[in-house]
Amino acid sequence: MLMTVNQATATSVERNAVVEARQLGLTFQTNDGPVRALSDVNLTINKGEFVSFIGPSGCGKTTFLRVIADLEQPTEGKISINGMSPEQAREARAYGYVFQAAALFPWRTIESNVGLPLEIIGLPKAEQQARIKRTMDLVNLSGFEKKYPWQLSGGMQQRASIARALAFDADLLLMDEPFGALDEIVRDHLNEQLLRLWAQTNKTICFVTHSIPEAVYLSTRIVVMSPRPGRVTDVIESTLPAERPLDIRESPEFLAIAARVRDGLRAGHSYDD
Amino acid sequence: MDRLRDRVVPVITILVVIVAAWYAFAVYMNAPFQRDLDRRAGETPTTMEFIGKTLSQPKPTMPAPHQVAQNFFENTFLRKVTSARSLVYHSWVTLSSTLLGFTFGTALGILIAVGIVHVIALDRSLMPWIIASQTIPILAVAPMIIVVLAAIGITGLIPKALISTYLSFFPVAVGMVKGLRSPDLMHLDLMHTYNASKSQTFWKLRVPASVPFLFASMKVAVAASLVGAIVGELPTGAVAGIGAKLLAGSYYSQTIDMWAALVAGSVVAAMLVVLVGIVGRLVERSMGGRPA
Repeated sequence: MLMTVNQATATSVERNAVVEARQLGLTFQTNDGPVRALSDVNLTINKGEFVSFIGPSGCGKTTFLRVIADLEQPTEGKISINGMSPEQAREARAYGYVFQAAALFPWRTIESNVGLPLEIIGLPKAEQQARIKRTMDLVNLSGFEKKYPWQLSGGMQQRASIARALAFDADLLLMDEPFGALDEIVRDHLNEQLLRLWAQTNKTICFVTHSIPEAVYLSTRIVVMSPRPGRVTDVIESTLPAERPLDIRESPEFLAIAARVRDGLRAGHSYDD
Repeated sequence: MDRLRDRVVPVITILVVIVAAWYAFAVYMNAPFQRDLDRRAGETPTTMEFIGKTLSQPKPTMPAPHQVAQNFFENTFLRKVTSARSLVYHSWVTLSSTLLGFTFGTALGILIAVGIVHVIALDRSLMPWIIASQTIPILAVAPMIIVVLAAIGITGLIPKALISTYLSFFPVAVGMVKGLRSPDLMHLDLMHTYNASKSQTFWKLRVPASVPFLFASMKVAVAASLVGAIVGELPTGAVAGIGAKLLAGSYYSQTIDMWAALVAGSVVAAMLVVLVGIVGRLVERSMGGRPA
């Protein structure tokens, strides 16, 4: 009886679930012996959510993102993306990935960088052009189509790389500290733009960050992680409204969530030496 | 002005030092023979006269710079280019086999590099042999290649070009292996997330990333090709080419001719390297390279 209830809830969740991880674990074999990068991660990410992963270096947040993207293979547990294995999801091009650096090809213009995934998928030329134009508009880069990456600022390059991840219209966007290398002013600006973009496109976003304010400002849900072994210590639902001007970060509500994130990090011994 | 100060002046300074040392050396090297001549003729020249004579011997041990320059000028600009005495003619003969060998060598080098990067078995087996191939003295191999090919009826340009190929494929292969492996992990991961095929990753990422490496190694390869072509002319009894000119000069103690041929070879090498550099820069510019 209990079984059937569990299965029933499981399927009802699955309908909306984009990412589902069950007892997920990953152990790297290194020269210094095995390292547990992830251990016992249970997490369901539903369609349309903006989920941030926060924690100190080595807590496995990037590794978890890479497992979703089929860039690393888990050694324990199960994970599914849209009901598929990560490999199938990758083959179906179910997600766009934004790396820590813009990782644009220096020999391609911005528009041809954005069009790279479309070329690889093999879309017709006209369709490619239309999508490049649409995504470049979306990240406010119109007019820079013919420029080369070195002619753009770091923030613009990162926007181009977001456009590239959006170009082929995957419903899931995986972002690995995309603004980590940018200064705070540019980062604020891009955070605002990212929220607008998320509202416009209704995508599911998994966002890895080091920054507590960034995580609280952007997310509908914050996953707090801890190192040695990498694990989830707290999952915090944001109570902030969907509409978020930058100055919401001074509101008591915002500060309360930030405090809870900090508590979660402390509970996971993230501040220990 | 800055360009003059930063680039021209240092180069000129070194040139002046070299020429001065060369003159001093020429006097020193030619002095014993000159002293011998003077003693037999019973002459007792002043020091200045003596130095003048050491710098104007017809077959000096060490020709003076102006003798070489004069010979080079006469045989380059004052002769018909079809004349067997023209350095332009000899340079052209050597250049044609250099270019053919360089083309073969570059193609072979790229082919080997692609194989090494994509086939694990080749990666493990080929590299030691490639390195070993370059430890064999080319001067010993060249006559054998020429003789063996002549025995099966291949003579003329091809055997010489093959020696150039032998020398020039190596830098290209090594450079291209490095170039094709130069994309960073993030770019490779990116292609992986797009589910790009191996050939897409090759053409859209590895090949463009390897272009700067290709041109850097082609600069080395083209100079090596020229050396190969000259070496290829030495054992064949070739009648034309810079190598043939060097050989003929050494038979008849025409040291000035030899040095002039040597200068011609250097000029051709410099032109080839500069040309490859210019093409490389043009290609990089067309690939969005930041102007230096």
